[in-house]
Amino acid sequence: MAQPVSSKTYSRPYAEQPRGVLAFLTRLQGGTRFTTTDIFTYLYLIVGTFVMFAPVLWLVLSSFKSERGLVEFPPTLLPYWQQTVEVEGYDQPLELYDVTLEDGTVKRLAQVARVGIMARLIDPANPEAEPVQVNINQRQAVRYVNFSLQNYQEAIQKFPFLTYLGNSVVVTVAATVVTLLINSMAAFGLSKYQFRGRDTIFLIILSTLMVPVSVILIPAFLVINEVGWVNNLMGVIIPGAATPTGVFLLRQYMLTIPDELLESARIDGATEWRIYWQIVLPLAAPALAVLAIFSVMWRWNDFLWPLIVLSRTELFTLQVGLNAFQGDLNVQWHYILPMTVLTLLPITVVFAFLQRYITTGIATTGLK
Amino acid sequence: MTTLRETIPDSIEIPRPNPISRLLTAVLGVFDYVFEPLEKRFGFQRMAYIFLLPNMLIFGIFILLPMLLNFYYGFTAGDSILLGNRRFIGTDNIAKLLDCASIFDPSTCNQDRFWRGVGNTGLFVVTEVALIVVFGLITALALNRKIFGRGFFRSVFFYPVLLSPVVVALIWKWLLQQDGLLNAIIIGAGGTRVPFLLDGGWAQFWVIVIGAWAQMGFFTLILLAGLQSIPPDLYEAGQIDGTNPLTSFRFITLPLLMPTMFVVLVLSVIRAVQIFDHVYVLTNGGPGSATLYIVQYIYTTAFQNRNYGLAAAASLLLALVLMILTVFQLRLGRRVDAA
Repeated sequence: MAQPVSSKTYSRPYAEQPRGVLAFLTRLQGGTRFTTTDIFTYLYLIVGTFVMFAPVLWLVLSSFKSERGLVEFPPTLLPYWQQTVEVEGYDQPLELYDVTLEDGTVKRLAQVARVGIMARLIDPANPEAEPVQVNINQRQAVRYVNFSLQNYQEAIQKFPFLTYLGNSVVVTVAATVVTLLINSMAAFGLSKYQFRGRDTIFLIILSTLMVPVSVILIPAFLVINEVGWVNNLMGVIIPGAATPTGVFLLRQYMLTIPDELLESARIDGATEWRIYWQIVLPLAAPALAVLAIFSVMWRWNDFLWPLIVLSRTELFTLQVGLNAFQGDLNVQWHYILPMTVLTLLPITVVFAFLQRYITTGIATTGLK
Repeated sequence: MTTLRETIPDSIEIPRPNPISRLLTAVLGVFDYVFEPLEKRFGFQRMAYIFLLPNMLIFGIFILLPMLLNFYYGFTAGDSILLGNRRFIGTDNIAKLLDCASIFDPSTCNQDRFWRGVGNTGLFVVTEVALIVVFGLITALALNRKIFGRGFFRSVFFYPVLLSPVVVALIWKWLLQQDGLLNAIIIGAGGTRVPFLLDGGWAQFWVIVIGAWAQMGFFTLILLAGLQSIPPDLYEAGQIDGTNPLTSFRFITLPLLMPTMFVVLVLSVIRAVQIFDHVYVLTNGGPGSATLYIVQYIYTTAFQNRNYGLAAAASLLLALVLMILTVFQLRLGRRVDAA
């Protein structure tokens, strides 16, 4: 379909328009030149981009640093790792240093041992020679930039990261499927049938839109306890599945599907269930997609409720597990940082692919 | 199936089945065997109840029932969560919460931590919402201009919204710690190390800033949608009447954006009142009770001190505040709509 042409563009002949990249960049406000407002706009957006992104970028950069690099102060921007060398006669690889010798020459040596402020080093090319003793301030570590995955490997091995990941995936997927199914069924019932109490039910559901989990923590926990779902992923998945937002969103959408469609299907002998899953569900796909995206976000990031329901380590979701580790007195940043990056990665990937749907979904429904 | 398709008017397009939807169709088709006998028995109009049943069951058991039970907890005492083991004490819990020698000084209260939580939450709500509204509006205005890379900038400002509160807290904890990047920059610029998370005032400051950082993008999007719904002819008409950017903002943008601003204000207040997650991870309410907020008070009172009655009474008060805010929203929203 042809795009409507605005009168402004129309009145100016094409040949007079500036061309090329620069022209594209400066094509502002319908005019052709930068105004002061444009400069401020770009300045604000660029500073804003820095404020929004820099903390995340710093986390990602730091996650590649060695354990020693992480406690370094002031910190380096890029992840540096100590250069090591294999020397015959030593089991462990030795660390390389540039040592300033007494005669002023600089030599690249491997450190064998360090006692207090003194370090003993040998020449890796000639390990049999007499070791050199120097003050530690006279040696400079040989380092290289390395986006090493060592932290990631160790974090995954030493912590039940994969268990948490598995739990999070199970909770997110199962909860989203259940949410979509039961919410769409309820929305179908509320939008396509006439029955007594329909409006009352809808009003009750609506009125709980503003009731957050924090208000009903204690009795909700009792109910979970009675059902036997404490320390059970079911206790995390099921209670949040009957979302008022989901029912509301889907009902509003299904109201726009013409009832005649359902009538003619009934005349053709379709059962109600068939009408639901073969006519209404496919037609409500856009609304279902929005709800699915939100459900994934809600469940993946959920914290307070799983924190209460799950107390056994092997059942923790990623968020609860991450919190448990960072709460240790001796914070092991070289494990926490890579795990945090791995936790934010899936959502980032989802966002990169679906950002248009997510942003328009929020703008049109006003929910999160 | 073919007859079914033929009856659908041409104007409605049924999406072409892809493998996923075909699988889904096969799975959902099985339910036919469950639902068909039910329909034969009850008639098709009553099927509505059956469609509503699963949702209403979960809704009733896990949301509605707890809402009612909360009252019971609020009026009983005992350290057992089981209903039968609790004794009725009437309004004692609420009285205990409200028991203060001076309402202006939390330390004179029986439950001084509750009142500190209330005070902190009040401060948090006012400052965080102010930050969100001011910067959200500026960002939305900037993004509403014809600029290069608009989609990119919009995504950038929205990105933190998607991060989980735990991740947000860890990102900032790493930046703000004693040997963190921010302190390195301050020392590099000739300053002295600042105990960002160990000093009460600084901790409060950062909890608020981080809250706004993580939430702003969401409200920016809503404001942007509001801005885009303002018809452009109004600005053109304004230009004929001799408006400059400032007056057109004051007399066209602002009045027409009021309903959206109102939605943003109410949503952000309701969310800010319930602040918990990122603070719990970042400061755990500390240092002292500097960042203790009302939901954390409820959480620790109930699940660490096992004083369920007191915590339930506090959640009743929180629910009351939220209800007032919601009613307030409906009232004012109607007035804004009418205007």
